[in-house]
Amino acid sequence: MTGPRSADRGVIAPTDWKRPSVRWSARAVHGALLAALIAVGLGPMLWLAKAAVTPTQDTLRKPLALWPSGLDLANLVEAWTRVEIDKYFFNTVALAAGAWAVQLLVATTGGYALAVLRPRYGKALSGIVLATLFVPSVVLLVPLYLTVLDPPLLGTSMLNTFWAVWLPAGANAFNVLLMQRFFANLPKEVFEAARVDGAGPYRLFWSIVLPMSRPIIGVVSVFAVIASWKDFLWPMLVLPDPNLQPLSVRLPALQRFVELDVFLAALAISTIIPVALFLAFQRMFLSGAGLGGAIKG
Amino acid sequence: MTTTDTRPAGRSGARVGPRSAARPGRRGPLAWARGGGPHTLLFLLPMLLVFAVFSWLPIGRAILMSFQQTNLVTDPAFVGLENFQTVLADPLLWTAVKNTLYFALLALLFGYPVPLVAALLMSEVRRLRGLFSALAYLPVVVPPVVAVLLWKIFYDAGPEGVFNTLLGHVGLGPYAWLQDADIAMPALVLEATWAAAGGTIIIYLAALTGVDPSLYEAAEIDGAGIWHKIWHITLPQLRGVLLITFILQIIGTAQVFLEPFLFTDGGPANATVTVLLLIYRYAFTSSLGGDYGAATALSLMLALVLAVFSVLYFRLTRSWSSS
Repeated sequence: MTGPRSADRGVIAPTDWKRPSVRWSARAVHGALLAALIAVGLGPMLWLAKAAVTPTQDTLRKPLALWPSGLDLANLVEAWTRVEIDKYFFNTVALAAGAWAVQLLVATTGGYALAVLRPRYGKALSGIVLATLFVPSVVLLVPLYLTVLDPPLLGTSMLNTFWAVWLPAGANAFNVLLMQRFFANLPKEVFEAARVDGAGPYRLFWSIVLPMSRPIIGVVSVFAVIASWKDFLWPMLVLPDPNLQPLSVRLPALQRFVELDVFLAALAISTIIPVALFLAFQRMFLSGAGLGGAIKG
Repeated sequence: MTTTDTRPAGRSGARVGPRSAARPGRRGPLAWARGGGPHTLLFLLPMLLVFAVFSWLPIGRAILMSFQQTNLVTDPAFVGLENFQTVLADPLLWTAVKNTLYFALLALLFGYPVPLVAALLMSEVRRLRGLFSALAYLPVVVPPVVAVLLWKIFYDAGPEGVFNTLLGHVGLGPYAWLQDADIAMPALVLEATWAAAGGTIIIYLAALTGVDPSLYEAAEIDGAGIWHKIWHITLPQLRGVLLITFILQIIGTAQVFLEPFLFTDGGPANATVTVLLLIYRYAFTSSLGGDYGAATALSLMLALVLAVFSVLYFRLTRSWSSS
């Protein structure tokens, strides 16, 4: 947590800020920084937005021209319909929604049991859950693939089903850790009061713990959706059927047989949702809730 | 002493607050569940199932498989260390190791100082700081596949390519970015740095707000200038975070896959074959044909190297980080 004081000042002393030379050089540096950030952070996105509605020949001949010779909105329509971006888009949405639901179910129930119900074996159990954080994902790649091919007890392969993406997404120890920590810091008096009023473990979970944990549920949700949207290697392995593939898997293949302007329109469509989520939940991303919190802890 | 308490002794009794001690006859569901009742198990069930099937079992299976000859047709057979020998005898492995080290080194050169400098500058911004960080973070939310495919177009080798046009204005190029064995790897690292720097900047910005301002004030009383303050206060205050972002970056770059796979598929002339790409090829490319044993053997070796490196790293830097 940052106190109000710490934001008041940085390296430069308040007395120095009053000196014109310091003020002006700081302004110059910040102006240059802002220009660089716009060029590097926003530039490629603007270029993509422009190229998505520009005829191929313009993009090829004069890639940096500010204004295209003609607006070609048909690119977006063609990408959406003829190239069937709509199908891959909805596949991506379905994969993200399922992965989100499984991750939230596993993390909230698991975190609740470990942090609030606290069984005797809880310490040992969270130990072996958290230990998986230290196993690099590359170790899991092949054995997880073979597990999906021949899952225990199920008797049928999960290949080419969305479950092959949804269920492994749930085995995320980081989510469990975040939930467990948040639940453990909820005020104990509320639990006691609910208990005295006769609330059982299910009622306590649904009516007290979950509503009080909206902030952390929001953080885990947004990062779950973004992570699923970004995923490439795993869905490529377990969804070889093109009709089931998400955008990230399908785009590299499309590049080979789709015209450049339509392809760029497809890239732009794929970027809209994550960027919109980012703009809507900026504070969540920029407070470092997902990353910084983990590192500082 | 709890002489009136008839409940079974143990932690369940110890944790009950004073409120319930006043009603000794009632055994609350929480207390009961703490003993390991079926409610608790029910809540744990999703986590246990998912972790058992998709995490714990595969980890165990990875170790087993690295000593087995596994294909999907015949039953797996134990072959001792043969998988490890096959991998270590593969001449491409050493190319892959060299390339991965090169990628990690370049990523450190490009990607380690840039976010730190950017965060230091941004932490002094008074107005519009949100805009600064939003711009810096924007590349991080672009789906990585889209980013790579977009940059692939930017890297077009013709004189009309985006980067070649830009460099043409200052009389450089044109370069055959991805087709030139000498610049292919730096080109990959440049894109990877662009895609990842924003996340690190946000981490540093968060850490910078945690620096106690009274340290700066004390230094100013001693007449310290701005460089002096950065060197003797800011950087030492950030060292914990700096140490962790360093090791996380090493662990991340050691497992780089997307860029070499999509940009160049290991080419030109194997100049961008990385360890992870090799693992992928062992397991999933038909030309080498489903050699799951070799793939898991190599991934375990990679994990082991990373684990040993991390332990050594934290040992060596312990005195520095805690002092």
